[in-house]
Amino acid sequence: MNARPVKEIVSCCQEIFDDLTFRRAREWKAAGPGRKVIGYLPVYVPREIVHAAGMLPLGILGGGADLEVIHGDAYYQSYICRIPRSTLELAVTGRLDFVDGMMFPSICDVIRNLSGIWQILFKDKYVRYFDAPQNFQDEVGGVFYSNELRELREGLGRLAGREITDEDIRRSIAVYNENRRVVNQVYDFRAATPWKAPSAEVYLLMRAGMVLPPEEHTLLMREYLAAAEAENRPMRDNCRVLLTGVFCEQPPLNLIKSLEISGCYIVDDDLLLVTRWLLSEVPTVGDPIESLSRAFLHQSAQTAAKYEADRTQKGSYLIDAIRRRKADGVIFAAPSFCDPALLDQPMMVSRLEALKIPYITMQYAENSGQMQPIREQSGTFADSIKLWGAA
Amino acid sequence: MSNREVVKSSSQRIQKEMIARNYDRITGGGCKVSSTFVPGNLNELLMCFDIANNLPEINAIQNAMRKKSGDLIMEAERAGHSEDVCTYVKADIGMMGKGNIAPNGKPFPDPDVLLLSYTGCFTFMKWFELLREQYKCPTVMLHVPYAADGKPTRNMRDYIVRQLKEEVIPALERVSGIRFDIDRLRGYLRKSAVAENDLVWMLESSKHKPSPIDCYFGGVYYMGPIFTAFRGTDECIEYYRMLRVEIEDRIARGLCAQTPDGDMPEERYRLVVEGPPNWTSFRDFWQMFHEAGAVVVASSYTKVGGVYDYDGFRHDPDQPLESLADYCLGVYTNRNLPTRVDMLARNLVEYDADGLLINSIKSCNSFSAGQLVMMREIERITGKPGAFIETDLVDPRYFSAANVKNRLESYFQMIDQKRRAGGSAAVSA
Repeated sequence: MNARPVKEIVSCCQEIFDDLTFRRAREWKAAGPGRKVIGYLPVYVPREIVHAAGMLPLGILGGGADLEVIHGDAYYQSYICRIPRSTLELAVTGRLDFVDGMMFPSICDVIRNLSGIWQILFKDKYVRYFDAPQNFQDEVGGVFYSNELRELREGLGRLAGREITDEDIRRSIAVYNENRRVVNQVYDFRAATPWKAPSAEVYLLMRAGMVLPPEEHTLLMREYLAAAEAENRPMRDNCRVLLTGVFCEQPPLNLIKSLEISGCYIVDDDLLLVTRWLLSEVPTVGDPIESLSRAFLHQSAQTAAKYEADRTQKGSYLIDAIRRRKADGVIFAAPSFCDPALLDQPMMVSRLEALKIPYITMQYAENSGQMQPIREQSGTFADSIKLWGAA
Repeated sequence: MSNREVVKSSSQRIQKEMIARNYDRITGGGCKVSSTFVPGNLNELLMCFDIANNLPEINAIQNAMRKKSGDLIMEAERAGHSEDVCTYVKADIGMMGKGNIAPNGKPFPDPDVLLLSYTGCFTFMKWFELLREQYKCPTVMLHVPYAADGKPTRNMRDYIVRQLKEEVIPALERVSGIRFDIDRLRGYLRKSAVAENDLVWMLESSKHKPSPIDCYFGGVYYMGPIFTAFRGTDECIEYYRMLRVEIEDRIARGLCAQTPDGDMPEERYRLVVEGPPNWTSFRDFWQMFHEAGAVVVASSYTKVGGVYDYDGFRHDPDQPLESLADYCLGVYTNRNLPTRVDMLARNLVEYDADGLLINSIKSCNSFSAGQLVMMREIERITGKPGAFIETDLVDPRYFSAANVKNRLESYFQMIDQKRRAGGSAAVSA
């Protein structure tokens, strides 16, 4: 088979991104008897266990910019963010009718309560609110989390109609280790040569991983890396920025494009954190539940939904990322009404101000349409960095 | 707002004195001070270390009722806090920016410890991370898992107990210099359970017709001692004993619920209310109800600091730490939506209410997200009409009196129509 050019690979990812009927996931389910699909919301669920059950983990990230929300607005007040209402729109219009269960991670009260709405509206579906510990001691939060993982394993096992063995989970850990390794390669590649891997492309590539089986996604990313490396693209006089606050409700694709058009190469972000939540390889030997638990406790990403026990470490992950990626500045983009992002932001801002790192703040909703103000704001930010950044 | 003199019962006066005494203790400088939250507050445990209990939600409420919270919120927004987030947090942060003055006029001391009881509200975690930036004092997290399937699991309970043993108690020992004595805790929990029995009697007294109390607007006063710094004390037992006597007397005399303008002359509508009240226009808000003859016979807000009237929970001195864990797990906003639906639907039936009113609070996603689904589900289960109004906790910009009043009047008309059509029976005074 001939290697596909970047354009073709991205076009395939765009098709997956645009398809709110989740055709690829439906096809996966239909391809074998008894196959099941488990949806999950941001920020993190241990997809390894879903995969080990022989099921497809399906990332649900709202309805995006183009979904007309008609029913979903009837479930939520105007002051609640958009992701739950568009997610409900997907469900009540039958777009998620093939999904056998949903997992709602402990990220905020809105997503937490969405699990209850699911329990009320979709009584025949498996619903799991996935609580992760805010205590990171092995004998305290670790014991709790391991037991939660075991409950998840048992619940999915019942749904699958078979026991999920340790060996099943170890195999899935290996699959996701490999997937994460390549995700990180893509991120490293973009940070090193952002003109060769525009963020909109990288985003679409990662979004494809929300729908495709991980093995297929890993191959797709490898194909993209090879194609993007071979592509001859001009380097622009852009500044390098880190985009943060976008870990739950997704910004419109046009917003990501607008930032780059206006002169900001995004060299790191907290989009789709589930793809790189665990920061190192999870051991594929020993008790797999304990391995996943220890990885969560000691080797996982920091984000606003996670408690930072040590005040002096607050924001250190952001500062580290700025340094590692050689970013010139930070764009805080938070979804409107997002408690985790907006309450965290003043603390992060204070850390940047102490280090004189430039930043701007903006708000969006997944269906924000007007990009001109965004382009003006980020363009001015880029210009100011280029004019005065080295001073 | 009405300028008429507020009518207060003995219990309300005593409650006010108790809250004032707690502020004097906090600001007096004679003891260590903890900041912690109302839901999941571990008052008995703090008492074991002679630590005073300062509750930032209560401070925000006090500022709102004194019409001060609007300026405090603007102060926080000027300092970079988003308009979109919880106004309790911003009122608290704004208060720090304006001298941190307690309701008794004295400055709050910096807390010696932030006891982050992360129970039923995500914002709590961010709130105390923000306060920690300012105070730089020891902060101890007690993570209470969400009872997502209706009933807490053994794993959840064990996790909380382990946190108490490994993290919370050692931290409080270090802060206070006092060694933990589990028998002292047992003693306080024994007293808690006594007060809790009378508390439940009080809550259930509104099953009477007419209801002798308002269990939302009046309820916030009645809940004051047990939700704040007094659970586990003799004062608390005495308060609820006295309140019981007071209510028994009202029942014997056939009185309708007491309001700031005196006893309601007639009880026309019996409501169950979901969601916290608005505090900036509290008295005006209440007036819209009692002037229409509407009394709240049950509310979820009187369960926000602990649920005692649903599944029989009482603090248990024989299982002290486990009992604290059960208390935290059972807090109203820590329960899943189907359980909240069941609780409110039962209230509607058992208290023979005409309908459910939801006061949806902009600041509080923990309460508000999902309330429209809850309302429909409760209407479906009970056949009783629901209504929806929107206000905020302590931000005066989000209380539109005309809108709220219009909605309420329409709702009362709807109840009347339903009665005429053979729905809920009219209630006689």
